[in-house]
Amino acid sequence: MTTSAPETESPRGSILGTRVQRLEDPEFLTTGAVYTEDLVDERLAGALRLTVVRSPIAHARIVAIDTTAAREAPGCVAVFTADELADPVDQRPPLPVYPAEMGQPLLAKGVVRFVGEPVVAVLTDERYQGEDAAELVDIEYDPLPAVVDPKDAERNETLLFPELGTNVCFASRPPDTPPPDVFADCEVVVTQEIMNQRVAVAPLEVRAGAAVWGDDGRVTAWIPNQGAQGTQGALARMLGVPVEQVRIITPAVGGAFGAKFGADPEHALVVLLARKLDRPVTWVESRSENMVAMTHGRAQVQTVTIGGTRDGRVTAYRLHVLQDSGAYPKFGGLLPTLTLMMAPAVYDIEHLQTSFVSVVTNTTPVGAYRGAGRPEATAAIERAIDMFAAEIGKDPAEVRRMNLLPAFTEPIRSKGGASYDSGDYQLALDTVLEAADYATLRAEQAARRERGETTQLGIGLSVYVEITGGGDESGPPKENATIEVHSDGSATILTGTSPHGQGHATVWAMLASEETGIPMERISVKWGDTDLVPEGGGTGGSRSLQQGGAAVRQASRELVDIAKAIAADKLEVSVDDLVVDHETAGLAVRGVPGSGVRFAELATEQELKVRSVFSAPGPTYPFGAHLAVAEVDVETGKARLVKLFALDDAGTVMNPLIAEGQRHGGLAQGAAQALLEEVLFDEDGNPTTNTLASYPIVSATELPSFDLVTTETPTPYNPLGAKGIGEAGTIGSTPAVQNAVIDAVAHLGVRHIDMPTSPMRVWTALNKELN
Amino acid sequence: MQVQITVNGEQHTDDVEPRLLLAHYLRDVCGLKATNIGCDTTSCGACTVHVDGEAVKSCTVLTVATDGAAVTTLEGLAPSTDDLHPVQRAFRAEHGLQCGFCTPGMVMAAAALVANNPDLTEAEVRAGLEGNLCRCTGYHNIVRAVLAAAREVSA
Repeated sequence: MTTSAPETESPRGSILGTRVQRLEDPEFLTTGAVYTEDLVDERLAGALRLTVVRSPIAHARIVAIDTTAAREAPGCVAVFTADELADPVDQRPPLPVYPAEMGQPLLAKGVVRFVGEPVVAVLTDERYQGEDAAELVDIEYDPLPAVVDPKDAERNETLLFPELGTNVCFASRPPDTPPPDVFADCEVVVTQEIMNQRVAVAPLEVRAGAAVWGDDGRVTAWIPNQGAQGTQGALARMLGVPVEQVRIITPAVGGAFGAKFGADPEHALVVLLARKLDRPVTWVESRSENMVAMTHGRAQVQTVTIGGTRDGRVTAYRLHVLQDSGAYPKFGGLLPTLTLMMAPAVYDIEHLQTSFVSVVTNTTPVGAYRGAGRPEATAAIERAIDMFAAEIGKDPAEVRRMNLLPAFTEPIRSKGGASYDSGDYQLALDTVLEAADYATLRAEQAARRERGETTQLGIGLSVYVEITGGGDESGPPKENATIEVHSDGSATILTGTSPHGQGHATVWAMLASEETGIPMERISVKWGDTDLVPEGGGTGGSRSLQQGGAAVRQASRELVDIAKAIAADKLEVSVDDLVVDHETAGLAVRGVPGSGVRFAELATEQELKVRSVFSAPGPTYPFGAHLAVAEVDVETGKARLVKLFALDDAGTVMNPLIAEGQRHGGLAQGAAQALLEEVLFDEDGNPTTNTLASYPIVSATELPSFDLVTTETPTPYNPLGAKGIGEAGTIGSTPAVQNAVIDAVAHLGVRHIDMPTSPMRVWTALNKELN
Repeated sequence: MQVQITVNGEQHTDDVEPRLLLAHYLRDVCGLKATNIGCDTTSCGACTVHVDGEAVKSCTVLTVATDGAAVTTLEGLAPSTDDLHPVQRAFRAEHGLQCGFCTPGMVMAAAALVANNPDLTEAEVRAGLEGNLCRCTGYHNIVRAVLAAAREVSA
């Protein structure tokens, strides 16, 4: 185990594992990075600006659209309705598991199904003209009943797609025979409906795009994304053109968190309109558009039942998920499959029963958001364990300890169907309890309760395991990297990952420098241009280091091997006698100083370039334990997060500075869901949190500094020993913080409060119990 | 309307629409694209610049309202890339940025905060940056960076 204390010297005698400052920062800190809206590119000269007119109604028939006035507005070049667009493709949902009829058209055809759905495209010379012209588009709607609550949707009384006869877009297969009553023998059974509320992804950079068609019949599109190759595939599918016809270039990306994978209808519109008008087109949405039209996250109604013995052994757990997919199913409808897989989490539970139903509603589509399906699993069982502990009157830490899986170093099969690679959950729990001085916290809590203080103390725990770096239907997880050494001694790495804040330019350079001796500053990392990097899995699901980083190391080693073969001939020595010389960034004959040849010199004579694909045996399963301390004012219901201790074990850490940054961000988003954030609609489907003024995105004043504790349990699944760290913070912190708030008022009879634990919810829970 | 604005030490004279926002003037007219726009409600602070030394959110200031003023953007904060402002240096040293989108505004807000009171506590930094949102860092390293910069300035 290592702690997160600053390390000036590497524990391994190498640059790996040290706190290297990011190479990408000087640009960010002086001129700012070039995001899509910042592009200055001659290919985009004379570009038209796209402004999207969106539905103001959640569910309605479009009766008529009058664009006459808009067309006459200053600077307006063209206006398109769905009819005029004549979309060449019958748009299908992005995943084949959903009914084909549930695809979102690029512009609404006849019916709108959520507030924010694109209806008309307006193209102007300039930005402000677009807003002016868009206001002049006159659309007559005939409102239809809106279904907003997924429970209402499940009743199939109001249908989004009447021809299908159901709002269900995806569901687990019902069992062939009635399932056994696994709770029949339990001494204690607790059941609870839990809302895992809808949240806004809200990256600071909204969605954008720019596109121009070349004389060769190919389009070049600049789109902020999480993986250019995935965006290329999605766009080609939406446009009905071969993949080769689409080139994606990825500018700097201002945050994504799962919502910038693939492509959205607006991106396809940009590309299609550029072709129709034979002019470059650019688009940047506004924040209020982003809040209603970029996919949201979470949005599950969970029903948990937990049962066991009165002394604390959990023997049965059931989880049913009702997933709100929004108006058009995207990745959101699929989230429950991940939730169910991770349902039993870190616990050794004899009986597990899971099921899910995903439905469409007249709301913004739901997609991935940091953790995507796994935070929901952890939130459910960590709440269930606490309710079970409260029911039997036992310390929740003790109940967890009694039910955790024992430590393992060889893969084990979970009841949810996952194959956990390595883990020591008991150590994680014990370590975080010690770091937080659990006994002292409980004593302080008892004293405040004894004194009947207004500000009560709550302690919340969670122990988690999550899945990172999963593959897809095309097979086991893999990623490619290319490294080329140039004759001036510099090197270029091409990666199939797509960093947007995760520091790959730094860590990939660290990995290559470690193998070749080429100084980090002389290694540049490129990504996100599909002409340069035709294949790649992008960045998401916390996959990048364990696959993309491993590929960089593998390619670097192969490059050294090739260089050795060339140098052996040149120097007339055996390959086995050559070693990497970090002083010269080249090869030296073992034991003969000054004998070697620099990689740069070899590169002057022939191309020194290797492309390598790293394949992992499977996903990895980081784990950890979080402990939150919250204060709750029992008179106002106001909860405040005071401390957050986070033990996160993501295997071997390459750069603690960057890994800690990933954890901090995850912790903040997790705590924000527990305390503050929720996307709301009124009963007619009108969004009431559609700006950053009305959506309570977490700010610096609502968070404490975090206390990080680190253990490193390497995975056997890649040579770096690294697991994913991007989402762990979110997964562990959400239930820890929620549990802390509830724990603060547990002595007043409160057993559960849904997230966000707002003053109103806490106050209502307290007063319901007190009355 | 004609305006005369000093931007990063350079005098600019331009004819602008009365409704042109300062953020768009800086980006589209002056070509200074570090200043980002993250919302339309003055909530996120990504567009923070200095007007006559004071931190303001340029997305809700009309360009014409800054006629005669001196505006500083991130590009003009440091005399040169070899001589960065203490806040810029501290943001790198403490890993106070990830995706970088909030960074220009965050750095400008922090620079004003430090200039006004180098004797900052953590609580004062958090309160002072409440109007600048970051979705990546959880604010932890931003707060550390601002405190480090404040220490350097007051030393």
